[in-house]
Amino acid sequence: MEGSHAVAEAAIQAGCRFYAGYPITPSTEILEYMSHRLPQVGGVCMNAESEIEAINMVWGAAGCGVRAMIASTGQGISLMQESLAEMANAELPAVIVNMMRGQGDYYQATRGGGHGDYRHIVLSPHTVQEAVDLIALAFYLADKWRNPVDVLGDFILGHTSEAIAFHALDESDLPPKTWAATGARGRKSLNVTPLGSPEKLNLDPGSHYGHIADKLPKIAAVEKRCETGFLDDAEVAVVAFGSPARFVKYAVHLCRQQGMKVGFVRPISLWPFPSETVAEAAGRVRALAVWEQNAGQMIDDVRLAVLGKVPVSAIGGISHDGSGFGVGPALDPETIVGRITDVYKGRAAA
Amino acid sequence: MSTSEQQLEKVSAKPELLLSTQHSLCPGCGEPLAMRTILELVSELGLRDRTICVGGIGCYTAFPSIIDIDVIQALHGRAPSVATGAKRVLPDRFVFTLQGDGDLVNEGLQEVIHCAARGERFTVVLLNNGVFGETGGHMTATSVLGQRTKTTMETGRVAEKHGYPIKIADLIAQIDGAEYVARGAMHTAAAIKFTRNCLRDAFQLQLDGRGFSFVEILTMCPTDWYVDPAEGPKWLDENFLGTYPLKVLKAPAA
Amino acid sequence: MPRQPATVTIDVETCKGCALCIDVCPPRVLEMTTREVNHMGYRYPILHDGCTGCELCFKVCPDFCFEVYRGEKAAS
Repeated sequence: MEGSHAVAEAAIQAGCRFYAGYPITPSTEILEYMSHRLPQVGGVCMNAESEIEAINMVWGAAGCGVRAMIASTGQGISLMQESLAEMANAELPAVIVNMMRGQGDYYQATRGGGHGDYRHIVLSPHTVQEAVDLIALAFYLADKWRNPVDVLGDFILGHTSEAIAFHALDESDLPPKTWAATGARGRKSLNVTPLGSPEKLNLDPGSHYGHIADKLPKIAAVEKRCETGFLDDAEVAVVAFGSPARFVKYAVHLCRQQGMKVGFVRPISLWPFPSETVAEAAGRVRALAVWEQNAGQMIDDVRLAVLGKVPVSAIGGISHDGSGFGVGPALDPETIVGRITDVYKGRAAA
Repeated sequence: MSTSEQQLEKVSAKPELLLSTQHSLCPGCGEPLAMRTILELVSELGLRDRTICVGGIGCYTAFPSIIDIDVIQALHGRAPSVATGAKRVLPDRFVFTLQGDGDLVNEGLQEVIHCAARGERFTVVLLNNGVFGETGGHMTATSVLGQRTKTTMETGRVAEKHGYPIKIADLIAQIDGAEYVARGAMHTAAAIKFTRNCLRDAFQLQLDGRGFSFVEILTMCPTDWYVDPAEGPKWLDENFLGTYPLKVLKAPAA
Repeated sequence: MPRQPATVTIDVETCKGCALCIDVCPPRVLEMTTREVNHMGYRYPILHDGCTGCELCFKVCPDFCFEVYRGEKAAS
């Protein structure tokens, strides 16, 4: 299946029954797929009139206990920021897919482009199969933590076709959504609110915001995910995420063929960032290189994890073709190998 | 008090769905009167168990904590979209929004128009007092010409500087997807009764599975109108009804 | 026609002194206190004889202070 369609189908397989979206490249194909497929399974797809309306429709559906998703690209996610921040305060589970143009939305996703002390869990696939698996994981984690979960795809992922398989997760440990607003039949009425407690007669915003902030280290303690390779004897390790990491892994393989002892670290959760894995790699190598298609964003998290132990060099950079959607000429194994070699031979700036 | 109450039958009391009479709204505020009317209707129609109220942000945001129905609190302006999500996934529930003029006509103008166009099957309730009350009484898109607000203090609203008020109910009535549109008020017992009938008709339309309904309710805000609480109703009558007459603007053919 | 017995109870501690009930009462049997105030510092209405149980005070009170009693079934 084509990547965008696979992402949409994976959501449906995971029980997503509400989607709202706005056409915007390169997420549009997800909206198209959902609009014909969701009604087939009794779900609802809304072609919303704006991004802010779309994310708030997701808010409503999620507030009623239904698995809900939205996809956009960086500009659309920017428009939604108030709602994305407050959905965390309202403890609403939802899956937010950013089909990026390049990789410049790392800060937006991991720091949160919105206001206040919140985070979304951020997952970054590098193949279509992994995207399918992470979408299922995203819905599970969103319900487990009652927090939005972002999945970062991109133009390449959206338009790559692969043979894929859908695997259902064991979700037996998820509690029923007794917090959802469904009409108060047979129970006390409740609020689904970002402003404070869900209880009537007791808003108490201070405790509520403290409770939200307290969740973050709990999530960070158990939801870090990372892939590593060739690190045992590596002298240089390359850190990369997303579709470009697929090219980087191949380039690392080529480096090994040329006799260079190079390894890689591929963060899969961008928040919480797998700092311990990066730090451990830094303990083994003499230099780290960071490949990302932006002006330097993930490199901040790498540097924080490394804390000066070894030099960290930026070897990626912004690279677009004429379309501006992030598939640029730098994304080429020979180029990547060349820049890794510069680091390996001590020629790169840190 | 002279007569013993034991011989008498209680004929009026606070709504059964009101969990507390302690709200922090100002003396003479019209919003609690609107809320009472809504709660009475929800009880009368037996809807408590399947009602989802979607609340906007304003002075009336004090209400979700004290009403015995499920509430999804939305962000400023966003209640119509949140209500869309809720009603689309749970179409058999009774869904209404509760929003002020600043929320609906300023921040959320686009949202309510699109919901009306789509004929969404819920009811939007607008509490219109012509100011942003919660933030201290600033001009909104519905403040009337001549109205003094925090941001139009020296001259009152003048068209050349501040533009004209938006008659949102009239705009909505022109949209094909809107089936019932009415404007009521809370300033006299007669107006309250008229408004109650409008709300009942709007709610019944939704219960009949039909499309978008919109009820605007003019409410007193003596604090931000700079009058004594007891003068609120008179101010509303003299200053609002010319721009915002009470009437049913649109209803399905009988 | 004999007037039916009727009365209201007033939760004076919840009253915010808006006085909307005073003018709306047709027999004008509600009067605001002049010196007495409740715990919030607001003056509040006092009921004199002559209530007809018309419920208008209840209808216009934003603070739910009134309960209205009528004697439809009461003996005269």
